[in-house]
Amino acid sequence: MSHRAHIPIGPYHPLQEEPEFYKLVVEGEKVVDVDVRIGYNHRGIEKISESKSFDQSIFIVERICGICSSSHPIACVQAVEDIAGIEVPERALYIRSIVQELERLHSHMLWLGLAGHFIGYNTVFMWGWKYREPICDIMETVTGNRQNYAMLKVGGVRRDIEKEHVSYILTRLDEFLHHLDMLKGAVLDDPVLHSRLKGVGILTKEDAIDYSALGPTARASGVDIDVRRDHPYAAYDRVKWNVITQKEGDVFAKTVVRILEMYESVSIIRQCLDKMPNGPIDAKPKDIPPGEGIGLIEAPRGECFHYVKSDGTNSPVRHKIRAPTYMNFPTFRETVVGETVSDATIILAAIDPCYCCTERMLIVDNDDKELMNVQDLIRLSQEKTQKIKERMGRR
Amino acid sequence: MKIDEILKNLKDEFGDKVLKVYKKSDARAYVDIDPKDIVDFTRYIFKDLGLRFNIASGVDEFNGIEILYHFSSDASGLVVSIRVLLKDKNDPHIDTITSVTRAAWWIEREIHELFGVEFDGNPDLRPLLLPDDWPKGVYPLRKDFIVPKRDSRKA
Repeated sequence: MSHRAHIPIGPYHPLQEEPEFYKLVVEGEKVVDVDVRIGYNHRGIEKISESKSFDQSIFIVERICGICSSSHPIACVQAVEDIAGIEVPERALYIRSIVQELERLHSHMLWLGLAGHFIGYNTVFMWGWKYREPICDIMETVTGNRQNYAMLKVGGVRRDIEKEHVSYILTRLDEFLHHLDMLKGAVLDDPVLHSRLKGVGILTKEDAIDYSALGPTARASGVDIDVRRDHPYAAYDRVKWNVITQKEGDVFAKTVVRILEMYESVSIIRQCLDKMPNGPIDAKPKDIPPGEGIGLIEAPRGECFHYVKSDGTNSPVRHKIRAPTYMNFPTFRETVVGETVSDATIILAAIDPCYCCTERMLIVDNDDKELMNVQDLIRLSQEKTQKIKERMGRR
Repeated sequence: MKIDEILKNLKDEFGDKVLKVYKKSDARAYVDIDPKDIVDFTRYIFKDLGLRFNIASGVDEFNGIEILYHFSSDASGLVVSIRVLLKDKNDPHIDTITSVTRAAWWIEREIHELFGVEFDGNPDLRPLLLPDDWPKGVYPLRKDFIVPKRDSRKA
């Protein structure tokens, strides 16, 4: 019998953006068992929400995650609208779809960058995060914020899309599409990535169904589900688009699904901007009656589920929140066991566990006068490197 | 498959075991059952009808701990929620459904620690979200739990 060793990863580790604790049990290079401990970031949002009004709880759930900061609010308002049976104005539905797809674009780009980083392909990391910038810019134009958009309210949305912004959005989207084409070629045609990601961390279709896996994780294993099509909400049933699925279930298939989904998202945004009718953006509902409601939406990582129970007062009696990673995470037992230690990180990252990215850095304000652009930042970085080189040389 | 069809299937299969049916809309229905029938219902809905397990959610009510098991049919865009009421708040018990679907693995651990519900037959009910030194018998999502005030000066 060979010797078994335990490899602890976390809870705080330079590779991880959020605290979680993995315990890998290995025999030589092979992972034979794995366990995970979460809860280091538990903030008790479900309990907090019970003490807030319906309007306030939307802002609480927005702060669950910096990446999905429009997914949770949409699911939440849909649950409340389900209780009261509120009809949302047409224009607001289109705006919700646009915000959701912008979020999916920036989230998938972010994941692609991180996936590159995990396998030591840092060029992909740089590209992914750089070309994500136009999307964040569009988000700022549409909602006023790059993250935590504060766009949703029960009965509609809080901000309208101005007419003069539409052409700007379309130009930046074209720019993004150009980079996406390049990135798609670079990632999907790269023989190194093929040999690194194909056949690694396979989640079979049977396991995906049994674990009720969601989103790109399920779709890469051949499970044809997508809340946008199956439980139509916002304006998704008014535009034409495809659900992307793959059969293989390995890390490469998950990458393919996410990259191809970005094209669909761009197409959805364009159609929505084109078809969006004029009109009010808010149904202005009054009281929320007693009852219970369920809101389902397709977040970038899969279905996001909110259950809200009201007793007729101003705040929910119970607010259950289920983020997609909650269902996708337990599949690691099937995907990691039997693989090598070196593949464990990318397999665990392949479901896109949710971490926050709320920091921003676009313009450096220097001495209250000089503004720096990208070229200036590159020059600054080169000067710094030069200084370090000189110092090292002197020693 | 329409929602009426699913509800009719449930009635044909289980008869009197379906205690109450509330159809909220064409896409949402709530079905009340006895806690001891939960495994049979889950097996029928998940395996035979092929619905997906969304999640379970607990509520602390006046007359007991209520657990809702949400299932969704992606082929027809609807959600059916199975409701059980565990009357004994001091020692709530229900059979585990992890024997039917492994998707319930984490949520049973969560309800166990946040509501104090015992899932009979679930071998893995270790804490999931709460810290290891959390006091025994204190369940944060029960209504009698009062969030302790934090004194910012002590930090």
